[in-house]
Amino acid sequence: MCVQWGKSKIGLLQGFLDEQFIQLEELQDDANPNFVEEVVTLFYRDSTRLLLNIDQALEKSPLDFSKLDNYMHQFKGSSSSIGATKVNNECTHFREYCNAGNAEGCMSTFQQMKKEHATLRKKLEAYFQVSSICLVTFFSS
Amino acid sequence: MKSIANEDLIGSKSMPHGNDVCQGPSSHSLNKKVTALVVEDNVVNQMIHKRLLSNLGIETQVVENGKEAVDLHHSGAVFDLILMDMEMPIMNGPEATRVLRAMGVRSKIVGVTAYSGDYEKRVFMDAGLDDYYEKPLTMAKLVSLLQELVDNN
Repeated sequence: MCVQWGKSKIGLLQGFLDEQFIQLEELQDDANPNFVEEVVTLFYRDSTRLLLNIDQALEKSPLDFSKLDNYMHQFKGSSSSIGATKVNNECTHFREYCNAGNAEGCMSTFQQMKKEHATLRKKLEAYFQVSSICLVTFFSS
Repeated sequence: MKSIANEDLIGSKSMPHGNDVCQGPSSHSLNKKVTALVVEDNVVNQMIHKRLLSNLGIETQVVENGKEAVDLHHSGAVFDLILMDMEMPIMNGPEATRVLRAMGVRSKIVGVTAYSGDYEKRVFMDAGLDDYYEKPLTMAKLVSLLQELVDNN
């Protein structure tokens, strides 16, 4: 039964997370059963702070593209470590717009990035719920 | 340089998968545990790198910038392996690497960074790195890196 749960678990995340996420799952063991959830929680705490910084920086005029690029570099450092594909792609676009000094491009990409960030969060919450249901099922069978 | 742990560190050629964790040197009769220092400002990467190393039985310390790494060494700490991020506040990876080498630190220093441009790589390697890996660091990369550490000692 858990194999079926396993397949639907992966289905939840396909397209949103790459094989780096699988690397994180492989680091989880009996001694560290919540490792992935802990990393994801830390990611969301850290990335939310950075998004706030970027939001504030985008309100300034003129834009400090170097500062924005720096924030996005930090953000991408975390998002690539959890394998967040779509979020990463938006980070790359944002940095390209920064390098080109394109304020409009930065702003629209940032909105897209926030959407992807929020969508991924929902997917991960569902993923962890499925994981814990599977565990309960396993231990009670 | 302190003696390095034996080949049993990487004795199991298979990579750890979930519960099948490679038994680290602590479970074998060894001279000492392999020690590592993670120099990284990103908290998510700190957590992941620490777990990667701990899963292989490596005693790991984490600092968040190059200056803290230098200060640790000034106070007498020695590590078999240093994983050095490139961009960090206060003192970055290349600068910290230069300072550590100038201090006479002979540990294996491996750069781990998101930058993949040739120029950045060259600058970092020239600072005194033994090797360079692109982020994210994976178990496979770490095992290969540690195998070299064991082989060269």
